[in-house]
Amino acid sequence: MGYIELMDISKSYNKQSDVLNGIDLQIEKGEFFVLVGPSGSGKSTLLRMIAGLEDISGGTLKINGNIVNHLPPKDRNLSMVFQNYALYPHLTVEQNILFGLNAKKIDKATQKKRLLETAEMMGLSDLLKRKPRELSGGQRQRVALARAVVSDAPLCLMDEPLSNLDAKLRANMRIEIRRLQKKLGLTMIYVTHDQVEAMTMGDRIMVLNDGIIQQVGEPIALYNKPSNLFVATFIGSPKMNLGKAKLKESNLVIEDVFTIPFNHEQILAKFQNRQLVVGIRAEHIPHGAEKDGVQTVEIVNVEQLGNETLISFEVGSKLWTAKWLGQWLVGVGDRVPVQISVENMCFFDEDTGNLIQAATSSLKREVVAI
Amino acid sequence: MTMPISKKILFYFLLSISALVVFAPALLAFVMSFMDNKDIMTGSLPQSLSFDNYIKAFEQFPLLKYLLNSFIVAIAITIGQLILSSLAAYAFVFLEFKGRDLLFFLFIATMMVPFEASIIPNFHIIRDLGWIDQYPGLTVPFFATAFGTFLLRQNFKQIPKELREASQIAGMGDFKFYLKVVLPVAKTSLVTLGAYGFLTSWNMYLWPLLSTTNDTVRTVQIGLKQLQTQEQLNDWGVIMSGAIIVIIPTMILLFLGQKQLQKGLTEGAIK
Repeated sequence: MGYIELMDISKSYNKQSDVLNGIDLQIEKGEFFVLVGPSGSGKSTLLRMIAGLEDISGGTLKINGNIVNHLPPKDRNLSMVFQNYALYPHLTVEQNILFGLNAKKIDKATQKKRLLETAEMMGLSDLLKRKPRELSGGQRQRVALARAVVSDAPLCLMDEPLSNLDAKLRANMRIEIRRLQKKLGLTMIYVTHDQVEAMTMGDRIMVLNDGIIQQVGEPIALYNKPSNLFVATFIGSPKMNLGKAKLKESNLVIEDVFTIPFNHEQILAKFQNRQLVVGIRAEHIPHGAEKDGVQTVEIVNVEQLGNETLISFEVGSKLWTAKWLGQWLVGVGDRVPVQISVENMCFFDEDTGNLIQAATSSLKREVVAI
Repeated sequence: MTMPISKKILFYFLLSISALVVFAPALLAFVMSFMDNKDIMTGSLPQSLSFDNYIKAFEQFPLLKYLLNSFIVAIAITIGQLILSSLAAYAFVFLEFKGRDLLFFLFIATMMVPFEASIIPNFHIIRDLGWIDQYPGLTVPFFATAFGTFLLRQNFKQIPKELREASQIAGMGDFKFYLKVVLPVAKTSLVTLGAYGFLTSWNMYLWPLLSTTNDTVRTVQIGLKQLQTQEQLNDWGVIMSGAIIVIIPTMILLFLGQKQLQKGLTEGAIK
């Protein structure tokens, strides 16, 4: 039994189409759980339902074993950090942090003690007398975090807390939030649309699209074994290269362009008479050596990142990207050999979009990692 | 903006002229309040300036009493308006109930009903309540103001909804949130509305005239009118000095509140 249990949760406005549908989920105590999805996928709505800011249209929500469907937010013993921080503009940092404790009528001495501890932990000790408008974005973010920490609630909800920060600060805050969560043993539910945040911070990730759970799992599992095409393209950057494929005799033909010999007898049966979509990660398309499956492609774009080089080329109507380690001095229009091998491919059903077979090489890698 | 010096001179000249035209009556009143009656009537330039008219104004009429009444009435209306319209605006912004927007539009529509149209029913009500010649009769009909509610609602709408949600999670009720967060955050607009309400009620004429029959609660504007009709020949000097005294509080308020007033009225207009 999890610390938070969602059983067949759904949400609809005005009794019309469902924004969320059939959400079944368990979140363990002390877990960093990330809800990720494109905007409009219903992830914020789900978070707000857990917080009690939004009514639950159907299903049961349990926190710590108790049904809380109809409890007001204050009785759910949680804290929340908002995207725009929701700091009270007329109060100082100190008053902002203590706002919740005042409302809960906690005595002054305890307040003072907790304030000093939290301010120390968040590096806000020198800023306590300032107003929010005199703070930078990162400092405001810290105040918002401090407000969540000081409440001592075991459950913390975060709604895209980092999306107003610049890229560098965001990377710092990611680490800081993660450390804080581990240090305090908080159960964290974190909403983001940024898959990098999801991958780097989450113990487990749930991918949501159009109000339906696409996949729940550990970051690496989602990356290696995406359960459908949506997850495959959503997780990972650059996104997974996809192409329509069919089996012709013992060859795999991708987008009518690549023909790759296919001799994996054991999985052949699964693919017979099916329209397939193959997916291959950019880092699994290396520069071609003389082996099976070397194809020559024309480069349409090159992105030099310093430590690696992204090379784009057309495969039929699709644009694929290959990621090569190091610096490659190639230009647009050059023809280069690339290696596309079957063991790095994920296979999806074209009609349903569901995974049929994950890349066999990733299974091997997981063994190595353990 | 840069413009040629000749154009600038022309503009300033025209502006000065129009300022003079607009300000002339007030200026005239100011000068006349220091002149004696003979000079005023013959329309000649003042031979001598004196404070006699002011002394007379205070001696002949209960001007202080009127001023006090006006203060009480204006302040009561201001406070009443602030309390009622901020509470109403809070409900229109932060409480969710069925038909809220419809109700608001109805509410706003009452702005189109001129005060004169409601004066008779209002009069009947205060008469039946026995509020003639009493402060409540002078003040209570003005407590509810569609304009004030509208102004504050627009302002409250700019308060992020997350503030309310954060306070809900902290366990704060609606009324406490209203007191501790909404009112302090919307301070500018409250000051604006307060100043506006004070000025309007200070300058009220028709209603105090109708709802008072004697000097006990009569406001200063009615008092001024009485200065005019007490004698056959109007003592213009005294009337003007009375008028000058009456506009002083208005002026003070305007000077003090000018910045705030401007800020409040244009707030949200450009953003």
